[in-house]
Amino acid sequence: MYKIESKNVNLHYGSFHALKGINMAIEKNTVTALIGPSGCGKSTFLRLFNRMNDLIDGVKIEGECLIDGKDIYSKSIKIDDLRKRVGMVFQKPNPFPKSVFENVAYGLRVNGITHKNFIEERVEVCLKQAALWDEVKDKLKKSAMALSGGQQQRLCIARALAIEPSVLLMDEPASALDPISTAKIEELIYDLKNLYTIIIVTHNMQQAGRVSDSTAFFYLGELVEFDSTKKIFTNPTDVRTQNYITGRFG
Amino acid sequence: MQSDLKKILSQSIAFWTFRILSLAVMGILFSILGFIIVKGIGVVSWDFITKMPEDGMTKGGIYPAIIGTLCLIAGSMLFAFPIGVMSGIYIFEYTKDSWYRRFVQLMTANLAGVPSIVFGLFGMALFVNKLGFGDSILAGSLTLGLLALPVVIRTTEEALKAIDNSYREASYALGATKLQTIKRVTLPMALPNIITGLILSIGRVSGETAPILFTVAAYFLPKLPTSVFDQVMALPYHLYVISTSGTNIAESRGMAYGTAVILILIVLILNIIANIIRRFLTKKYKTN
Repeated sequence: MYKIESKNVNLHYGSFHALKGINMAIEKNTVTALIGPSGCGKSTFLRLFNRMNDLIDGVKIEGECLIDGKDIYSKSIKIDDLRKRVGMVFQKPNPFPKSVFENVAYGLRVNGITHKNFIEERVEVCLKQAALWDEVKDKLKKSAMALSGGQQQRLCIARALAIEPSVLLMDEPASALDPISTAKIEELIYDLKNLYTIIIVTHNMQQAGRVSDSTAFFYLGELVEFDSTKKIFTNPTDVRTQNYITGRFG
Repeated sequence: MQSDLKKILSQSIAFWTFRILSLAVMGILFSILGFIIVKGIGVVSWDFITKMPEDGMTKGGIYPAIIGTLCLIAGSMLFAFPIGVMSGIYIFEYTKDSWYRRFVQLMTANLAGVPSIVFGLFGMALFVNKLGFGDSILAGSLTLGLLALPVVIRTTEEALKAIDNSYREASYALGATKLQTIKRVTLPMALPNIITGLILSIGRVSGETAPILFTVAAYFLPKLPTSVFDQVMALPYHLYVISTSGTNIAESRGMAYGTAVILILIVLILNIIANIIRRFLTKKYKTN
């Protein structure tokens, strides 16, 4: 069984047809990169899987989105529970204006966990997983706002990991960061693959090439091509994919 | 070149027009303050702010009016602040951008446009008579609170609007409900700006005369209130009384300016306190 599947998904923002009949199946513990020019629907597609699009007025979604074989848009799914299983990292680092510790603990607290030792353990484990522990272990009580941009983004990753999701959605997680911080995030994505199924939206072709197993190319709301990253970057089938990755448009 | 010169000239004319106009506004403020302070500072003394009025309010102090005004500020804020903040949260976080939201916003704006004497009459009809609170701190505070509500609602809305949506999304993405997100993320972040609204409404409430005229203010009451059902004297009304219908208007003139000085000082001090709180919260919840 595939970890994540979309079956003939159509999404409309009012009269705008943003996703056109998307079919995709993603294996467990892989990294899938979503690439394509701005406005092609890749972020919208990503946001299907934690139902972030529901927050926008006038959105209509058809088709099926499955995680572990279950339709996440069915009435029996509680949206808060779904979001516990699907973590998300945003484009701009957006830690809460709270302490480093409270940022990571946030997801646990809002889900009703009060056991102090358990929270402390989880915070440490997640900060280690996000390769941030050594840098912040002496300033857990300090404001997260005092961290650098790259550290903030890794903190946001730690925050997403705290509630033990099985899927991690990343929306251009390194686009606001310098090259060194970007390299750290990419390394991290590579390590996290063993524990999570990751979908990452990126504008950076080299990044897609470096971190992902499969790549999906979106264009004007269509999924043009979805294949192994190696195939997409060396021998794409569709001429539009080829034009895009060779930089002829986008 | 000709056109360059023209451009530079029109630029500097515009610049100086704006500068002179804004200086004029400041000038007006300082003349008002200066005028009142020069005329009133002579009567301000420790006795003036701690003693009861004497000799038909031509001598003595204004202590009961100070306490009355402080009671009314506290009472009206106690009423307007929670209700206003909750309404603002409802409008911005719970309603969609629709005709309904715009209708509620329009009505809030209209409430702000109602003349204060109308609030006074409404307060008398509802709180004093219908609900039977009588002329009392309770009735006066509720009336003043109604007057302050639109400002608190509006600033709460604006403060919530100023928060980047990605903080809400981050919270939802962690499985938080809307209420948890408001309580733990958005409201704390909005609080410094909401307090600005509080400052504005304190300024307005403390100086209003019309709403307290029929609901709480006493002409002459040289004792302190013991419950919320007591009448009190209040600074703006006292000022009005000794300037227009006192026992000896000419002799009370100095007292009137002194009262104005104290009223301005109270607003100033409350503003400074609120600003300190705001700064502390801004520092605590600042984002980059």
